[in-house]
Amino acid sequence: MSETTPMVGKSDSGIAGRMPKFIRRADPAVLTAFACIVVLLLVGSLYSRSFLSPEYLLQQLKVASFLGVIATGMMLVILLGQIDLSVPWSVAAGAMMACAAAAYGQAGVALAIPFGIFCGVLIGVVNGIGVAYLRIPSMIITLATNAVAQGLMVVYTGGFSPQDSATGAMRYLATGFTIPGVPNAVIIWALIGAAMVFVLTRSGFGRAVYGIGNRERAAYLSGVDTRRVVMIAFAVSGGLSAFGGVLLAGYASKAAQSMGDAYLLPSIAAVVLGGTSILGGRGSYLGTVAGVILITLLQSILSVMQMPEAGRQIIYGVVIVAMLLLYGRAPASR
Amino acid sequence: MKDWRYWLAEQRGTLLALGIFIVMFVIYTSNHPAGFTANVVQTAANKGVLLAFVAMAQTLVVITSGIDLSVGMIFLLTNCLASWLVVGTPMQTTLGVIAVLAAGLLCGAINGAIVIYGRLQPIVATIATGAVYYGIGLLLRPFPGGSVNEDLADALTGRVFGFVPASLVVLLAIVLVIWVPFSRSVLGRAAYAAGSSETAAYMSGVPIRRGKFAAYTLAGLLAAIGGLFLTFFTYTGEAAYASGNSYTLFSIAAVVLGGVSLFGGKGSAIGAIFGALAFRTIGDLLFVFDFDPLWQPLFQGVILLVAVSLGAFALFRVRNRLEWFL
Repeated sequence: MSETTPMVGKSDSGIAGRMPKFIRRADPAVLTAFACIVVLLLVGSLYSRSFLSPEYLLQQLKVASFLGVIATGMMLVILLGQIDLSVPWSVAAGAMMACAAAAYGQAGVALAIPFGIFCGVLIGVVNGIGVAYLRIPSMIITLATNAVAQGLMVVYTGGFSPQDSATGAMRYLATGFTIPGVPNAVIIWALIGAAMVFVLTRSGFGRAVYGIGNRERAAYLSGVDTRRVVMIAFAVSGGLSAFGGVLLAGYASKAAQSMGDAYLLPSIAAVVLGGTSILGGRGSYLGTVAGVILITLLQSILSVMQMPEAGRQIIYGVVIVAMLLLYGRAPASR
Repeated sequence: MKDWRYWLAEQRGTLLALGIFIVMFVIYTSNHPAGFTANVVQTAANKGVLLAFVAMAQTLVVITSGIDLSVGMIFLLTNCLASWLVVGTPMQTTLGVIAVLAAGLLCGAINGAIVIYGRLQPIVATIATGAVYYGIGLLLRPFPGGSVNEDLADALTGRVFGFVPASLVVLLAIVLVIWVPFSRSVLGRAAYAAGSSETAAYMSGVPIRRGKFAAYTLAGLLAAIGGLFLTFFTYTGEAAYASGNSYTLFSIAAVVLGGVSLFGGKGSAIGAIFGALAFRTIGDLLFVFDFDPLWQPLFQGVILLVAVSLGAFALFRVRNRLEWFL
C-alpha cells in the first residue's frame, strides 16, 4: 500500500510541497491527535511541574497500555465497519475468570491467564457467529452478549466483588519490570501493537479486514471468506478485551463487578479519535496509539484538576463529539 | 388481496407482540399468589409503563434506521431534574413538569442535530451525548435524593374508577397525542421513508431531514415522560449508571420483540409498547416461580439474545447469497 503511491504532482508547489514527506503522507486525523497530545502536555505542565518528568510520563504510558490493549481489539472490529459493545463485561469476565481459576491449586494458577483470555474469546465467538453467520447488527448482538456475560458473572459472584485475588504472574505482567525503567504493561502493549500492525499491513487477513470494511459484497465476490474473517476479528476483540481485564486485575490485584464499564466509551473514542472511520475500511494503528495516549492524558489532567466524575463524563462526551465533527463526518453527497 | 389482509400483514409484528404479552401475562397472573387482582395489575402496569415510554422513544429513532443509545441517560437525567423541579404548589409543579419535558425535547433535538446536520454515525454520537447527559444528571444528583409533588405522583400511579391503572391511561393518552398524529403526518411518513430507503426518499422530495429530526426530538420527549414517571414511582432522583444503561438495552429488546425492524422503515410504537410490557412480564416470571433474584440479569440477557437472534430467520428467505451483505 505504501511504495507505489505516486507523490509527485502539481500540488507539490504549494505549502504542502515544502513540508517533509512523512507529514504530507500522514493522515490529518493522526496529526491532529498528536497535536492535541502536545497541547495537553503543555497545559498539564502549566498546571504542575512534574507533568513532564519521565517518571510521570512512564506512569501515564503504563495506565494507557491497559486501554491500548482493549482498543486494539476494538479497532479491528471498527475497521470491519462493526462495533463491539460487549467490552465492559468481556473485561470483567476475563478478570474474574482468571482470578477464579487461581483458586484451583497449582494448575489453576498456571492456567489463570489463558483461561481468562479464553473466556473473552468465547464471548467474541458468540458475537462473531451472530454478526457473521446470523447477520444480526453488531451493535445489537454485542449488547445482548454483554448482558448475558453480566448475568453469568452476577450468578457466579453472587452480586459481590469476588474474593479470589490475582496470581503473581498477572501482577508481574501488569506492574513488574523486565527491562529496568520500562513497565511490563507497556512492553505487552508494544508487542500486541506490533503484531497488530504486522497483521493489518502485511497479511492477507489484514487486507481482507480493510476490504470488508470498505464493501463486504466486493470482498466476498473477490473470494474472501468474509464471514470467517468477521468471526475471527470478533473473537480477537473479545480475547484482547479479556486480556486487558486480566492485566487490570493484576494491577489492582483483584477483579471487581463494574471494572469494565469505564473502558467502553474510551476504547471507542480512542479508535475514532485516531482517525479510524467508524464506517470501517480506513484507519491506521498509529492513530489508535495516538487516540489512546490522548484519552489517557485527558483523564489524567482531569483527575489532577480534581474534576468530579460528572464533569469528566461531560468533557469526555463533548470532546468526542467535537473531534468527530472536525474530521469524522459522513460525506454529504448522495 | 383484500384490505384486511394488507392490514394484517402490516400489523403482524404488533399483533405477535400483543399475543406474546397476553400469554406471558396469563402465565404470570395465574401463578401469582394474589391472582388476577387490581393490585397485581397496577404494579405490573406501573413497572411496564416506564419501559414502554423508553421503548416508544427508541422506536421513533429506530424507524429512521438510526439508534439512540442515550435514551436511558435522558431518562435518568429527566428523573434527576424532576426530583428538583416537580415540587411545591400546583402552579410550580406544572411549570416543573413543562421544564422537564422541555429538557427532554432539548436532549433529543441535540441528538438529532448532531446525527442529521453534523452527519455523525448515530451509534457513536449518541454514546457520546449519553455520557454528557449522564454527567449532567450526576451533577444534579450526586447522591440519590430529592422529592416530588406526592399528590400528583399518587394520582398518576394510582387507579382510575378503582380498577384501571392510571399509568395505563396516561400511556394511552400519550399514544393518542404523540404517536398517532406523528405517524400519520408528513413528518412521520418522512421518518419511515428515510428508514426504508433514504436515497429513494430524498429523490422523491420527501423532507427526510425534518422527518428524522422530528423523530429524534420526540424520542427525547418520550424518554423525558418516562423519566417523570420514574420520579412519580420512586419519589426520588438518582443518577445510577447501570440503571440508565439497562433501560437503553431493554428498550432495544422491547423494540425487537415489538416487531420493529432494526434496519428501519418498519414497525410501530404500539408494537414496541406491547414488546416492553411482554419483556417486563417475562422478567417478572422468575419471581412468581420463586427463583433466586440473582438469576434475573442472566435470564433477561438470554431473552434479549434469543429475541435478537429471531431476526436471523429472515436468512431463510434469502435466495441470493449477495443479499447477506446489505
